[in-house]
Parts: sequence; structure tokens; C-alpha cells
Amino acid sequence: MRKSGLPWKPGSLQPAPRLARRKTEKIRGKHAALCFATMAVMLGLPLWWKTTETYRAALPYSQIGHLDSMLLRLRVPVSVVFIQGSLPIVDQQKLPFTVVNERDVPLKCKMKLKCRFQLAYRMAGSHEEKAFKKDTIEEAEAALPLPKEDTLGSLNIFVIPEKSSLLPKDKMSYIGPKRTAFVRGTQVRQALTVMGQRILQVAQSMSLTDEVLAAALGDRLPEDKVSLDKRRPLKSSLGYEITFSLLNPDPKSHEVHWDIEGAVENYVQPFLSLLSVVGNFSMDSQILYYAMLGVTPRFDAASSSYTLAAYSLPHVINPVEARLGSRATSLYPVINFLLYVPERAHSPLYIQDKDGARVATNAFHSPRWGGIMVYNVDPSAYNTTKYPVKVDVDMVPVMEVFLSQMRLLFGIPPPQMPENFLLGDPPREGLRSWEVDRLVWARTVENVATVVTTLTSLAELLDKIGNIVIKDNVASEVYRAVDAIQEAVVELSAGNLELAFRYSREAVTSSEKAFFDPSLLHLLYFPDDQKFAIYIPLFLPMAVPIFLSMIKIIVENQKARKDIEKVD
Amino acid sequence: VAMAAPLVLHLLLALLLGSGGRSGAEPERDSLREELVLTPLPSGDVSATFQFRTRWDSELQLEGGTNHHFLRYAVLPREVVCTENLTPWKKLLPCSSKAGLSVLLKAERLFHTSYHSQAVHIRPVCRDAHCVSVSWELRQTLTVVFDAFTTGQGKKDWSLFRMFSRTITEACPLASQSHIYVDISRNSQENETLEVSPPPTSTYQAVVLGDRRTYAVYDLLNPATFSGSRSLNLQLRWKQFQDIGSQLVPFLHAQRYVSGYGLQKGELSTVLHNTHPYRAFPVLLLETVPWYLRLYVHTLAITTKGKENKPSYIHYQPAQDRLRPHLLEMLIQLPANSVTKVSIQFERALLKWTEYTPDPNHGFYVSPSVLSALVPNLVGAKPANWEESPLFSTMFPVSDSSSYFVRLYTEPLLVNLPTPDFSMPYNVICLTCTVVAVCYGSFYNLLTRTFHLEEPKRSRLVRWLANIIRRIRGVPPV
Repeated sequence: MRKSGLPWKPGSLQPAPRLARRKTEKIRGKHAALCFATMAVMLGLPLWWKTTETYRAALPYSQIGHLDSMLLRLRVPVSVVFIQGSLPIVDQQKLPFTVVNERDVPLKCKMKLKCRFQLAYRMAGSHEEKAFKKDTIEEAEAALPLPKEDTLGSLNIFVIPEKSSLLPKDKMSYIGPKRTAFVRGTQVRQALTVMGQRILQVAQSMSLTDEVLAAALGDRLPEDKVSLDKRRPLKSSLGYEITFSLLNPDPKSHEVHWDIEGAVENYVQPFLSLLSVVGNFSMDSQILYYAMLGVTPRFDAASSSYTLAAYSLPHVINPVEARLGSRATSLYPVINFLLYVPERAHSPLYIQDKDGARVATNAFHSPRWGGIMVYNVDPSAYNTTKYPVKVDVDMVPVMEVFLSQMRLLFGIPPPQMPENFLLGDPPREGLRSWEVDRLVWARTVENVATVVTTLTSLAELLDKIGNIVIKDNVASEVYRAVDAIQEAVVELSAGNLELAFRYSREAVTSSEKAFFDPSLLHLLYFPDDQKFAIYIPLFLPMAVPIFLSMIKIIVENQKARKDIEKVD
Repeated sequence: VAMAAPLVLHLLLALLLGSGGRSGAEPERDSLREELVLTPLPSGDVSATFQFRTRWDSELQLEGGTNHHFLRYAVLPREVVCTENLTPWKKLLPCSSKAGLSVLLKAERLFHTSYHSQAVHIRPVCRDAHCVSVSWELRQTLTVVFDAFTTGQGKKDWSLFRMFSRTITEACPLASQSHIYVDISRNSQENETLEVSPPPTSTYQAVVLGDRRTYAVYDLLNPATFSGSRSLNLQLRWKQFQDIGSQLVPFLHAQRYVSGYGLQKGELSTVLHNTHPYRAFPVLLLETVPWYLRLYVHTLAITTKGKENKPSYIHYQPAQDRLRPHLLEMLIQLPANSVTKVSIQFERALLKWTEYTPDPNHGFYVSPSVLSALVPNLVGAKPANWEESPLFSTMFPVSDSSSYFVRLYTEPLLVNLPTPDFSMPYNVICLTCTVVAVCYGSFYNLLTRTFHLEEPKRSRLVRWLANIIRRIRGVPPV
């Protein structure tokens, strides 16, 4: 057997072929290791990456980034109509033409805001001239033909002759209940420039006043521009729920009736129908017995009445609110209006203001919560032996108070005009058209600002935390919000307030839906240490041999190169 | 008696759509009636049932009545009961907990009882015999059973103050009727066994649960009730103990249990007892079983006295995974003095691992089955005026006075589902990774290493030793 010289016997091999064989073997090993490494890198890593990836749909990050520093231009279309004789003849011949006035509103953030009044001057037509032959300004206003463009946010200003008797002598302008105003004309030189200033002042006070912008932008305005009342109005929302509650803490002495249904139908419903542009309203009412205020009123011997001091009013609401209990059933913000009939032992009850004087309305309101009114029972009703005393609430003064509180809560404060302005009486519903417009302006700007904040913070959050899953529906909501907000901005700069408001609301809905989508939280708690605890048993034993052989190959290569250099 | 405290909050929610206009000139006032029924039990326990009924005559319903497509039945098999269940319930009471019977609703006493049941019912009721107009009724009931025997150091006597730690000082001023009833039926049967103080102003006789009962009545709206003292503290003293054997067994009662072994199959059984001595009556049995118990309907077996009992009506709606539970409704005739067993087999389904509750080994609750029946009376009763009779007898009005309506809920069941070891995925990953790593390692070594045999270099000592061995073996030395 030995003589046959079988190849497996090392002793029989000559040194030279053995060395060559060893070399080829080594090269083969090297190739195999390289093969493994490339397989792991080219196939294994992408496979692992692909299968363990969290799904993140693409988002319009760059567009959201641009939102932050966008230019918001609010265009107010104003049509200015000159009545015969309100301008010098020289200036009349220049008509019609359009003047644009743009004003920058300084903001703290990168966003830019510009108010742009577009004044379209023209001479009056024959119908319009006819209307101004009337005796009083109200009649003239009523006789005016319906303007072509009586849309939300637009204004019509009529310039009447300087000597016109329609306005009282000391008044310069009149602002009507609709979107119409009258301004006294002038005959001086440069009449158009002078008039332009006057008209602008009127237009501004009817649309984008500083108050409106402060209400809308809140903390984005520089500090010196923010008024104290900025927290009063309710946040913009898709709908509101209004609850009227009658609190009767003493059913043993009082049997209180209130015709809330009739009052709502007569006073609240017409008021809210004007505001229906802003949101949906739902109303309910309840009577609560044994619902006490949280504060014991102080007895005032001088007037033999009880008083609630201004400083104790904040403590009144909390104990009552525990009984109200409608907050759980609604997604929308709830506005509470409480009518409190004090118990017999504590009546009459009066609310005192900070200076100790009685509040005339006997009511107060709490910002973003609602209002409370104290309704004292006529003391002569107690001259009876039969208890409980029947009390029929007179709803007119109650609703007057509640409606004026509602105006404040929605951010429609009573308008403050310069002294030489004459303000027309509001219509029966209680709201002037341009007041609604001002609210819509404020709400639109507020919505735009909210959406910008929501979207930028969402994008930032998603960018920062890579574990968050972004599903397609979230992405589509974000896209919808971005599209809607861009539409809203375009419509605002085109002066279509109604469309802009609708788009801005859509944007708010979509952005909130995306921001609060529960699917964002699904994989949030899956920390990296746990992930690697799972991977290590696989990765470590696989990666170490590959790394070692790679290092070995590199070292050997370098050695071989050195050897060659040496030989050289 | 140690009873569990299952809270069956049976909410029948009718969908109220819109509101009609008001026509009446006289402002409507919601009417409130309140009552408390105290039933002393021979064991020394006291059952107290509060009922509050608020009725308002507003037109809340649209024409055409209730749309039955909107009718829903839902059940929560178990809920941990606490004061949070009581607070919103109390808020619905017109007098809150400030006056009247609701003063007694003190949470810390009510939840220290051996039985607690709380309910809210909303339903339309007819305002007159022809049902031309409909009023709405909100009925709130609360039943608690106090264990007076153990808490009272072996005495069975009790008083309102000992049970609720409050006494009654006035009726709710909004209530049109405010009564307390004390069951003194045992007095009339034989000689006087219990004494109620203060003595009642009147008594009331009624047929309740098929049996004639006598109640002592206290009218809180009557100033005479409070004439003796400022407050009413009802007291009851037992004069002689009654033998426990004679206590009343209800004509219809039921039990439910789950049987079988292993984690694959099981059987749900409901046992219905009819203890009426001579009358048979039908029972409507409603079962809702969650989808993860897969019912085998062909195994449904109803046996009475060893014979098959064929139900006269079966409605079955199969479950859909993760969408809808099984719904099984049957009308079963129960013969007099009999026990009927309804059983059905099921297979336990495997859930997805995210569908398990945080404590999966505790088991899953299966809702109770609901029994509704018209149980015949043992004694005849004359038809009562619905509006004037006490609330406890008008919960379920029955036109036929020879029977009374009962709705029973059996106990909820706890079923164990096959529960995976939740650390298993990690273990599996670790194990497979190790196995893969070991295989891979040897494979890798085999493929990348170069193997060659080295000429062994033997030392002189080794060669010497080897040669010695070779010599011994007779082989030529190396």
C-alpha cells in the first residue's frame, strides 16, 4: 500500500507542489470569505433593513417648512361710490380707477401678514343718486339698490356731498348695519388723497382692526400690541354647544318657571343663525335643584341685601360645574349660561364690582366658559303663606344679558368708533353684517395660524422620532391640510373671505385628524435596547467571523505588498 | 349569605330624535316619585330597594314610534363597582342627594354591602288608556342587601341609622309621592314576630312575586310621620327567630356554569328551575356569547327530567370574528316542578397576541344569559291602577293579573382561553438565532479555512516510547 503512493499521504508529496496546493487552497478560502462578506452586505443587510422598517409614508416636508415663513395677504375689496357733488369736477374726471393700500402687521414669528385694502373708485349710477334724495340716512340706506358684490368681507362706501344734510353736522361718517358706510366728501384741492385717508379709516374700522388681528393671532403679535382681553373669546372650533341652566337652590320656597324654549326661539336662534357661518350650534337647557354657589354671600345691613364681592366670583363656578355635567357628552366646546335664583335666605343677592358698586346687570361672565346671572325674586312675592312661591322668570332682561355675554364670548365686542363716526343701530337679530365679517376674518386668520403650528410641530415630531409609523391615511390628511391651507391663503389674497374660511376650516380638521391619529403611537414604545437584545444572538456570531477574516485578508495583503517591495 | 355583587346596568336607550313643538299653555312640570322598600330577611339580612321615577310630559318622540333598527343590546359582563358608578347616577335625581330619600345614598355604606345592583331605565309610557300621547319615564333603581347579622354582633335588629348612618328629615320638595315600605308579611302569617317602630300609619297589601305581602307604609309627605321627632329613624326588632327552612324559594331561578377540561373544548350549561308546584310556563332565554368561543349549534341540548325538551322557537345569529358575538334566543317550556338543562358545546379560539387582555391568565368574562318569563301567581291578585300603585309593583306592568313578569340575569362566566407564553417570540428568536449561528459558524469555517496535514514532529522521547511498543508488537521500528 505504501508503495502505491496514494495522494493523501503527505509524506509522498514533494515540497514544491504541496506549497502550491496550499496557496491555491488559501486563495480559495479568501474568495469564500469575500463571498460571504458581499452576500451579507448586498443581500442580508437590505433584507433586514426592508423587513424591519417602520412604514413611513412620504410627507410634504418642504411645503410644511415653507408654511412657517409664508406671506399672508388679507385683501379687503372696497367699492367706493361718489355721489354727484361730493368731489371737485377735476377729480371726478379721473374716475373710475382703483387704489391699493397695503399695510404690514409686525409679527413675532417668521410669518408675514399684510392687510391690503383695494379701493375701487367710481361715480354713482342713477339708482344710487335717487336713493340719496331721501331725508334721513336710514331711508337712504334702505333705498339703495342691492350692491353687485355683497359678499362676506366686501365693503361698500358711499361718498356724499360735503353739505349734505343726511349726516348730523358734527359727524363725518356713518356706518350702517349692513356692509355699507357713508362718508362726507370734500371740495378741497387734492380731494382724492384726503378722501382716500377718510375712506381707509372707515374701511379699516369695519374690517381688519387691530383688535380683530389681536384676537386672531394672540401670542404671535409683539407684546405691546396684545390687549388684555385677548383670552376672552372662545377658540375657533367647528361647532359649539350652548347650555342654558336654571339653578334653583331652594325648591322649598321657589317654584321657578322659565320659558327657555320661547326665549331661544325669539332671541338666541336669530342671533346664532347669523353666526352659522362660523360653526354649528346646538342648544340644550336644564333645571338644576339644590345647586349651590360655592361662596356664602355677605350680608349688607345698609341695604338689607346680600352681596357677592368681585374677588369671590372665581370661587362660584367650580362647585356648580360639578353638577352641570354636559361636558362629557360633547366633542365641541361647551358654553354655559346659568340663571341663578338665590335661596330665600340669601335674597336679594347682588354682585359687586371691584369698587364695591352694584353691577347693574347682576351678571358676570367667565372667559371661554360662559356667563352667570343672578335673578332675584320680587320680595313682595313672599307676602304669602303658601310655599313654594311661584316665580315666572321674565326672559327679556335675562336674554339681553346672555346675548351680550355671548357676543363677548364669541369675540364680537361692542364696536368702538372714533367720535365723529355715527354708528347705525344693529338689526333685530342683534348683529351687524360687518361685525360678523370681522369675526370671520379673525377666525380665518386664527385657523391659518393654528394649522401652521399644528403642521410644523407634527412634521418636526415625525422628523425627530423615527419610530413613528406614518400610515397612508395620516399622510393623506397632511396633504389635504397643506392643500387646503394653500387654497385658503390664495383665496384670502384674492379677497374671497367665505371660501378662504371654508378652506381654513377644512385645513384645521385635516391637520387635527392627522396630529391626533392614534396610529402614530403604535410602535412608539419599542426602544432600541430591546431591539438589539433580539438582534445580537444572530448578528454577533454572524458578523464576528466575517470581520475577523476581512481583517486577516487585509493584513495579509499588506504583508504581501511589503514582501514584494522588499524583493524589489 | 355571601353574594357576589354583579352590577347589571341594563340601559335601554331609545334614540330620541328631534323635539316637537309645545302646545300646552300650562307649563309642564316633571313629576317625581320616590320610594324605599325594606325587606327584612329571616337570615338577618335586610334588602333595601330605592326607586326614583321622573316622568316628563314633553313630546320627545318623532311620529311613527321607535325605529327598531336602532334598538341595540349590549352587555358588559363585569365591572368593578365603585362610587364612580353612583355619582353620575345620583346627579340624575332632581333632589340630588340633598333632600328626601336620596339623603340615605351614602356611598361608603352602599358599597359595604353583600349585594349591590344599580339600574337606569328610560322608556316611553302611555299617558292614558288609549295611549294617544306618550310621556317619558326615567326610572332609577338601587338595591342593596345589608348583612345586619354579622355587622350587628349577632343581633338581627336594624334601623335606618345603622344601615345608612343617616336618618330622614324631610321628603324631596319636588316629589309628588314619597313613601317607605317595610315588609311585615311575617307578622300576619302567625303571631307577631317583628316589631317596627315608629308604628306605621297604614299598611298596604299586594301580590309581589306571586305571593301576598303586607307592607307598613310611611308617607314622608305627611307631616304626621315626623310629628314624634324631627327625623324619621325606622327601627325593626325581631321578637322571635323564625326557622330558616320556611323561606320562600322563587318560582323561577337559574344557574350557569362552564364545564369540560383542557384548553380546546368546553360546554356552556344553563340550569333553569321551575319550582311552581302545578303550573308550567314558557321562558325566553337570550344568550350572547363572544366570538372567541366557537359554538357548535348541533350540540345544543335541552333536557327536562331526562327527556328532550324541544324549544318552540329558536333564533340564532352566528358570530363573526372580531365583529359580532353569537346570539341565541330560545323559547323553552318549563314543566311544573322541574329542572331544565340547556347545554351547548364550544371550542376556544386562538386570539391574536395583541388581543389578549393585560392579565390573560385570569380568563375572559362571558356575559350572563337573560331569562324573561311570565310566572304564574300562586294567589289571585286584582288588577291595580298602574299610576297609583307603588313603584316596585309597576316596574314591568302586566295586563294579565294572574302572572307577573320576571327578568333574571344569571351569573357571568369566566372562561380560560389558550394563552400563549408571551415571552415565547423572544425565546424562539434567541434559540433559532443560536442554532443558525452555530451552523453558520461551522459552515463558514469549513469554507474559508484551509486544511492541510502537518508532518508530525515527534520528540525523541516519543519516538523511543513508540519504538519500544513496536518492538513488543514485533513491528519494525520507525
